[in-house]
Amino acid sequence: MADTVRDPPPDGTDFHELEDGEELFPEPAAAPEESQPASLPAEDISTNSNGPKQDLLFDDDPEDLFAEATEEVSLDSPERDVLLSDGPSPAITPITPPTSVITPRIGHAHDDMFTHSSFDEIEEEEGGDSFDIHISVSDPEKVGDGMNAYMAYKVTTKTSMSLFKQKDFSVKRRFSDFLGLHSKLASKYLHIGYIVPPAPEKSIVGMTKVKVGKEDQSSNEFVEKRRSALERYLMRTVKHPILLKDPDVLQFLESSELPRAVSTQALSSAGLLRMVNKAADAVNKMTIKMNESDAWFEEKQQHFENLDVQLRKLHASVESLVCHRKELSVNTAQFAKSAAMLGNSEDHTALSRALSQLAEVEEKIDQLHQDQANGDFYLFSELLGDYVRLLTAVKGVFEHRMKTWQKWQDSQMLLQKKREAEAKLQFTNKPDKLQQAKDEIKEEIEELEGKVQQGERDFEQISKTIRKEVSRFEKERVKDFKTIIVKYLESLVLTQQQLIKYWEAFLPEAKAIS
Amino acid sequence: MSVHSLSRNHTLFKLKLYLLCQILIFDKNTDATLQVDISDALSERDKVKFTVHTKSTLPNFKQNEFSVVRQHEEFIWLHDSFVENEEYAGYIIPPAPPRPDFDASREKLQKLGEGEGSMTKEEFTKMKQELEAEYLAIFKKTVAMHEVFLCRVAAHPVLRKDLNFHVFLEYNQDLSVRGKNKKEKLEDFFKNVVKSADGVLVAGVKDVDDFFEHEKTFLLEYHNRVKDASAKSDRMIRSHKNAADDINRIASSLYTLGTQDSTDLCKFFLKVSELFEKTRKIEARVAADEDLKLADLLKYYLRESQAAKDLLYRRSRALVDYENANKALDKARAKNRDVLQAETSQQLCCHKFEKISESAKQELIDFKTRRVAAFRKNLVELAELELKHAKVTTVQLLRKSS
Repeated sequence: MADTVRDPPPDGTDFHELEDGEELFPEPAAAPEESQPASLPAEDISTNSNGPKQDLLFDDDPEDLFAEATEEVSLDSPERDVLLSDGPSPAITPITPPTSVITPRIGHAHDDMFTHSSFDEIEEEEGGDSFDIHISVSDPEKVGDGMNAYMAYKVTTKTSMSLFKQKDFSVKRRFSDFLGLHSKLASKYLHIGYIVPPAPEKSIVGMTKVKVGKEDQSSNEFVEKRRSALERYLMRTVKHPILLKDPDVLQFLESSELPRAVSTQALSSAGLLRMVNKAADAVNKMTIKMNESDAWFEEKQQHFENLDVQLRKLHASVESLVCHRKELSVNTAQFAKSAAMLGNSEDHTALSRALSQLAEVEEKIDQLHQDQANGDFYLFSELLGDYVRLLTAVKGVFEHRMKTWQKWQDSQMLLQKKREAEAKLQFTNKPDKLQQAKDEIKEEIEELEGKVQQGERDFEQISKTIRKEVSRFEKERVKDFKTIIVKYLESLVLTQQQLIKYWEAFLPEAKAIS
Repeated sequence: MSVHSLSRNHTLFKLKLYLLCQILIFDKNTDATLQVDISDALSERDKVKFTVHTKSTLPNFKQNEFSVVRQHEEFIWLHDSFVENEEYAGYIIPPAPPRPDFDASREKLQKLGEGEGSMTKEEFTKMKQELEAEYLAIFKKTVAMHEVFLCRVAAHPVLRKDLNFHVFLEYNQDLSVRGKNKKEKLEDFFKNVVKSADGVLVAGVKDVDDFFEHEKTFLLEYHNRVKDASAKSDRMIRSHKNAADDINRIASSLYTLGTQDSTDLCKFFLKVSELFEKTRKIEARVAADEDLKLADLLKYYLRESQAAKDLLYRRSRALVDYENANKALDKARAKNRDVLQAETSQQLCCHKFEKISESAKQELIDFKTRRVAAFRKNLVELAELELKHAKVTTVQLLRKSS
């Protein structure tokens, strides 16, 4: 990949574009199909550890998104530092490259490096074909016994992205590792406005059953539910372009040994601290009154509130459906047995046979109902549950924005007070203390001014990030819901077709009763 | 509950009832000498008034065609009069129709009214419509059951000539039959206890006739299994209805989600909501059909098999009486005392027993024929309906998911 890039490209367009990089990019152009090819080769080279850095070309990259990426710069690998710190001029609206520069040579392998640094719609479309990572969680096995037992899950990553050292690798992780990953990501990203996918919930009852070693249906179901939830959690995390690059995520996926995340235990000191913090947050939420200058945020917040209510209701209905379908399956099985007995006692042979056939049909149908119930659950209900939890994360992000605003306002007020104090000092008549006090105040004022500026910047930053995150979230939501619902409908169709088969087989038997 | 008159759906209703009648009593006597049906029914506060319509060319009736209004208690009175009539001991008495029971439906309607505040207007109207449909369905069923009872009596060669039956059909004023009061109900209860104890005693007597012996064992087992199957099928259908209700709620939630705004996703939600609505209607219909074809069939044969068992009990009772009378006669002859008395009573018992045996045999054979035919018809129709519904659902799903 790197080689082809460094060779002079066959058609002159690319280089031509590279030189005209500056003026090329500001033009908002049509198809957001592929990313800026001009910067691509450069980025590709610089982020590939096997290529030299061509920061030069990076100056031409006015992707404003890099400006906001200042926070994560420190967390990322050094190459990306260079990449990102050559920040282009800020306040450039998201741009898309003109279609003309899209050359077929911009292979998907190149894109992956770039895409997860950009937040544009570009990335969305590219994400489909160039975002090539698939994580599966499988083989839950019980390690240890007694109350210290835990389930270890195999996390397998298959990818062709050069972000990873290998193409196909797996590691063993336990549930607290997942929680540890989430808490690390949350502490890093939540307060600057990124929507971090929430991890699956702890379940003391479920885990205790597993620990105790009860090998029954419900504990198997619990393990399966958890496994599927962990898989969805990981996929959602890596789908987020910024989170994917995070070294913690990479370490989680790649390294064979992971330091035990003790702070995730429910009864640890960290856990208690979390609970206290949560309570404090709740109180704060009620007291912060923000002047919303941006109607967009207000509207979005309202929108998410509504969505939350609706999704919870829908989730409850779907759970009820799952429950009833399971009931239906059990009852159908019982009826099948009963009908079989009835068939046995019936002395008219044809009728007896027909009744036994009916019993068989009903038994098959009960299995069908069971499968349908599982489908209902895993496809629909869990998705809804995930989104309800995600919405909490989204709301959290909005709250952080409010907190940032509050901090900014606080430091501004403090600055105001100090300025007043300074002014007052001007009018006092204590010359000896005056100079010292004046100097002190001046220092404090300077400090506060810096803080105010920082606060303002932070606030702007988080607002911008949230905007992008929300639009990304919405897109993901649309995609997720559509795919899942289509899959669900397909499963419904299959069920009906099976039903047809069974009843068609039964009908001639019923007709044969004479 | 508001007054529901069926005169609106008169023709369709009548057709359905007629068909149901056909289904449950295969050999419905369609000869013109006596045709009975329930042409109309009215549901008032806590009772149902049936309009019993008779068409007959029999000379006993004053007119050829006439109608009277009857209530449930009067049907029970008629049934009990058959049971208590010694003459009919050798026949399977058509089982009495179950009491009209709208309690569950009424309760649900009440709950709906209470929870009106917590759901949207559309949801409320939808659920109300459903409950009303359910109420109507129960209503139709109870009317059908009463009609089947009358048809069976009319079709029976002996019972149709019963005087009480004619009075029931023709007397156009209130029969002033009141429901049993507490004392009478208690009496009935004790009578039943005695009867079942006696039944156990009598059942132990081995029958000389193979046919009856076989029938006895068969009916006992069959009755128990039908009871079990009937209970289980009821539970299954109830779960099915619950699932359909859930789908209804999901459809309305999706609808609300869809009306949030007009983005692509919302349009998608609206479509899916519609789809769920349709599938729910079909699921509800599937449950209703299963109810009609399967559960009702089983319930009916539960009652009929009980009636058959009762017949066998009466026969066994008569047999025991006969044997006792024989023994008494032998004793009397041995002692040479009251011989004539013993002889007459023995002859009576013998006569009674033989009469019962003769008709019982025929009745039991008829019962079997009826049963096989009814099961066949219902099972075939059940399968056909299930197929139809599954096909329709598939078409709907495929069409919508495109």
